[in-house]
Amino acid sequence: MSRDVSTRDIVYIALFAALMAAINLVPAFQVGFLPVPITAQTLGVMLAGALIGAKRGALAILLFVLLVALGLPLLSGGHGGLSVFFGPTAGFIIAWPFAAFVTGWLTEINWRRMNAVLFFVFSAIGGIGVVYLIGIPWLAMVAKLSLWDAAMGSLIFVPGDLIKAAVAAVIAETVRRSYPLMQAAR
Amino acid sequence: MTIGLYHPGRSPLHRASAGAKVAGLLVLSLALFLVPSEIVVFASVPLAFAVYLSTGVPFRSLLAQLRGPAILLGIIFAFHLVFGTVAEGLLAVARFATLILLASAVTLTTPVSAMAELVEWGLGPLRPLGVNPAKVGLAIALSIRFVPLIAEEFRLIREAQAARGLAANPLALIVPLVIRTLKSADELADAIEARGYES
Repeated sequence: MSRDVSTRDIVYIALFAALMAAINLVPAFQVGFLPVPITAQTLGVMLAGALIGAKRGALAILLFVLLVALGLPLLSGGHGGLSVFFGPTAGFIIAWPFAAFVTGWLTEINWRRMNAVLFFVFSAIGGIGVVYLIGIPWLAMVAKLSLWDAAMGSLIFVPGDLIKAAVAAVIAETVRRSYPLMQAAR
Repeated sequence: MTIGLYHPGRSPLHRASAGAKVAGLLVLSLALFLVPSEIVVFASVPLAFAVYLSTGVPFRSLLAQLRGPAILLGIIFAFHLVFGTVAEGLLAVARFATLILLASAVTLTTPVSAMAELVEWGLGPLRPLGVNPAKVGLAIALSIRFVPLIAEEFRLIREAQAARGLAANPLALIVPLVIRTLKSADELADAIEARGYES
């Protein structure tokens, strides 16, 4: 981590990585009309960017991904370990720190006029846009699928991701209003 | 106490150093994508399975761990079946099966602490770029310590809400969890600074 990361930043990064792990304990829930269950995983990615900023948010998620690689079963459903990074969907997980950075950066430059709608848009750009932009080509390349097929296969997760972006927006907006220290910390 | 997916044992893989195992895994994964021979790729699946079994972890928990990846590979094979050729699908699935088995074998036989040491060691050469391995180590240790604490906090909030007759609602659960986490982060940072920790 770079020179200007203070001890306080490290504590924030470590605790948000742990929070990301705890959020994955929220059981996957099924929404009637969707074919796949919604897991909370990218919710943590969106929240990290929106709540502790681009750099710290990205480092927190990077630390979380590192913990998974070290062999902690922190992914939804108790998955983890090195095998995750050799599977076909590794790109989606490797995209998370970048996603948190983009969401965080957009939030930072618009901090004075943030509201639930902007939180939703920025969460979607990072947590859906960036994740798919890295994850889909990765999947296509390693699984020898065409880009189109890989994109089609990933499409069933988009409705769930949109719901998560909305949930992230409501949470981020509630925290922004109820925990004024956030502004001071930034 | 052991945490994570590590399974204590005395197999040859358990005795090998973490660095050697991870380096071997990286070399093999690269080789598997570069070797043009299909026979080698297919032959590597039973070999990788043998390595996986050699960890000496009870068979039932080994199979349980493979279920998730197996479903995923099934979906990918189905895509190849519909839009491509059977041969291509088999090849893709065989590659993944080998790598997932070997990577799982490494994770099952390497304690998290040994992996964390390996990361700190690997980050050493990045020092000139401003990366401080000791700070990364502190972050890893802190977050490993805090995962069970925040999970406990999560359970307490859930129970408090259930006692008041509220159903599990992700919104109502996560907002207090986030705020409590931010508060404890501030307190912890104050405590560390008050004790003059600077690295």
